[in-house]
Amino acid sequence: MCLAIPGQIVALGPEQHLAVVEVLKVRRPVNVDLLKDEGVAVGDWVLIHVGFAMSKISDVEAVEQLRLLSMLGEDEDAMRELEGYRFDEIR
Amino acid sequence: MAGRILEASGRGRTRAADFRDPQIEMAHGAGGKATRRLIETLVAPLLLEGERPLGDSAFVGVGGQQIAMTADTFVVRPLTFPGGSIGTLAVHGTVNDLAVSGALPTALLVTFVLEAGLPGPVLEAEVRAMGEAARAAGVEIVGGDTKVVEHGRADGMYVTTAGVGVRDPRASLSAAAVRPGDRVLLSGPIGDHGTTVLLARGQVSFDAELRSDTRSVWPLVDGLLTAAGAGVRWMRDPTRGGVATALHELAEDARLGVALHEEQVPVRDEVRGVCEILGLDPLHIANEGQFLAIVAPEYADRALSALRALPGGEAAAIIGDIRETPAAVVIAHSSYGTSRVVDMLVGDPLPRIC
Amino acid sequence: MRYVDEFRDPGLIRRAAEQIRRLAAVDRQFRIMEVCGGHTHAIYRFGLDELLPPNVELIHGPGCPVCVLPMGRVDAGLSLAVDHGVIFTSFGDVMRVPGRNGTPLQHMARGIDVRMVYSPLDALEIARREPDRHVVFFAIGFETTAPSTALTIARARDLGVANFSVLSNHVTILPAIKAVLDSPDMRIDGFIGPGHVSTVIGSRPYRFIASHYRKPVVVSGFEPLDLLHGIAMLLRQLREGRAEVENQYARVVPDDGNAPALRALDDVFELRTFFEWRGLGFISHSALKIRQRYAPWDAERRFDVPTIEVTDPVAAQCGEVLKGVLKPHQCKLFGTECTPERPVGALMVSSEGACAACFGRVDRGTAAPGAAAAGAL
Repeated sequence: MCLAIPGQIVALGPEQHLAVVEVLKVRRPVNVDLLKDEGVAVGDWVLIHVGFAMSKISDVEAVEQLRLLSMLGEDEDAMRELEGYRFDEIR
Repeated sequence: MAGRILEASGRGRTRAADFRDPQIEMAHGAGGKATRRLIETLVAPLLLEGERPLGDSAFVGVGGQQIAMTADTFVVRPLTFPGGSIGTLAVHGTVNDLAVSGALPTALLVTFVLEAGLPGPVLEAEVRAMGEAARAAGVEIVGGDTKVVEHGRADGMYVTTAGVGVRDPRASLSAAAVRPGDRVLLSGPIGDHGTTVLLARGQVSFDAELRSDTRSVWPLVDGLLTAAGAGVRWMRDPTRGGVATALHELAEDARLGVALHEEQVPVRDEVRGVCEILGLDPLHIANEGQFLAIVAPEYADRALSALRALPGGEAAAIIGDIRETPAAVVIAHSSYGTSRVVDMLVGDPLPRIC
Repeated sequence: MRYVDEFRDPGLIRRAAEQIRRLAAVDRQFRIMEVCGGHTHAIYRFGLDELLPPNVELIHGPGCPVCVLPMGRVDAGLSLAVDHGVIFTSFGDVMRVPGRNGTPLQHMARGIDVRMVYSPLDALEIARREPDRHVVFFAIGFETTAPSTALTIARARDLGVANFSVLSNHVTILPAIKAVLDSPDMRIDGFIGPGHVSTVIGSRPYRFIASHYRKPVVVSGFEPLDLLHGIAMLLRQLREGRAEVENQYARVVPDDGNAPALRALDDVFELRTFFEWRGLGFISHSALKIRQRYAPWDAERRFDVPTIEVTDPVAAQCGEVLKGVLKPHQCKLFGTECTPERPVGALMVSSEGACAACFGRVDRGTAAPGAAAAGAL
């Protein structure tokens, strides 16, 4: 379920619960009530689903995850060394 | 003698119709599987003689000339939208059907079914737009008809056109001429028309610079035929049902496979944005100003260069190629080594939230 | 497209696929269930199953809100439009779900006022623009979508819009997962946890799966890298004998969930005692109904909504496919009587239903979808 797309807040309002979000040059008013505890600002990236912002996208986490992904396999080489000592099936 | 009589009577007999849908649905007009079933199991068996291939236009020999004929009906809500209107769609759509069949578009007949209550200025604006579009496209509107129906029965207006052209000697097109290894050429970005009309209907509101791409493709076809005519095997304009449906029809008609390279297919950012938000696939969305051409590999580069050098052809691209197997299937390949079957449209493309 | 294209990087995808192959290079089967229909759709859209070794098997779970909707509910909703002249509004996903007398689209073709909307707020807007008509919003979805419905109902109240009500078919994900876990045929080793439901409920609610059933759960995103990374994390847990809940989608999923969303759910909805799930039968405390305080906006209280029992054709095996007991192509109707064009069950209607999603594979009839296709190409 749940088609949700990342978009960037380009304007707040016209009312308190609304913000204009842009996805690839397409703009749409989005309800931001679900983010009222943390608040939103122009420039924030949010995940939108059926006209509502569900979550803020953490750039820190995104960058970290891509870093992990780019390193996939490098720690496996270390694991392979261990496997040589038959530690591969720990059950 | 008995054999010849049987042969003669056989030519007049039609195949049996086998249309089992209990009623007509909107899907029958969407340009996908249901439309094809309607044509193949009802209209064609009862009306068409012999094994005429179904194409955008039909060629008829008249007094030694090969004349191309095509007909189309235009039903669109709303009547006007950014970039076009029902009138310009009608002119361009018919001109394009002739062009991609390898015929020089020459003349149009236009009929109107008008709804009582349609404001006079609205009709006048359409007729003016059609006149301008025809002049710009170099075709003459030579006649037509007008009928009026009760209020509530024509969405404002319906337009039907019949187009006539002359076979262009540079083009020899048929699905049977397509070979494995041929390239799939696309004239420009896809999805603009369908997303524009969807937004213009007002059910989903987005603020985006979207315009219908409706235009005559004859100048581009003309340029293509000049540069690479001997290598062009088949052309089609991907209207309802989009590129996916047009290529699927080719694959079935030619009994070959089409391999699409997804990242080569040009899509404008705004179109991609709307499609991502609504969960739509640009390959299934209608276009009114683009065409596909299957080109022999040795002609592909010059064909592409010719298109890109022409106004309106800058975004032309080679988006795939023809394969022997799997036959009658269109497969899209990702840039990371996976693939998916691109099916023919089932009904209208619908936004989704899941 | 930012936060999308980076997670489709071909080089990183190849690396992740290679990592999966390394982790899976032992003599055993790995059976992994993706719960969420959006994940099913993504797997087929991106062809990710083609990147997995043969001993890593993906089983499709019941997290498709259209698929689990009993046919009778669609009939009940449409009956309001047919018998009471209301405007029936819903998402595009619902428009082709077959009811006893046709799909919502087919009703539209017959002149019934059925309108598609992108957001429940759009349905409310229709009600404001047409004060002489009543608008019913046919709400579907798991916890991702339910808060949006809740906020829309609250807004209707705040604005005093009286000609608007909601027919709630919202369901919750944990009972569905539990139904799979408790199924005697269940042989799942680990779960790819729903990505967007978790933006609302967080990652902690899945702990019982790890602690009580000893199965690992990795909450994952929807891009190719997210899913491959999630599968790799599951394989690593399985190789190391761990059963924990991990959050691969941390850039979007807060472990504690979304507090305003949970408050809105609690304010507007309560759990039904039981609800019928297509294929899974009656499950207690698994669906949301509108609370008494919002009764004027509850279509089930405004109207006499009939309870229409519609059973699937005997030969349709929607339930077994939903639970992952059968693969789509193993259902007797798959590809013959039940196709995306003429769907019998909702798993073929919804683009994220297991059957529709895998209908696009070249070799629909084999046990390892995709592998033969890759070979043929």
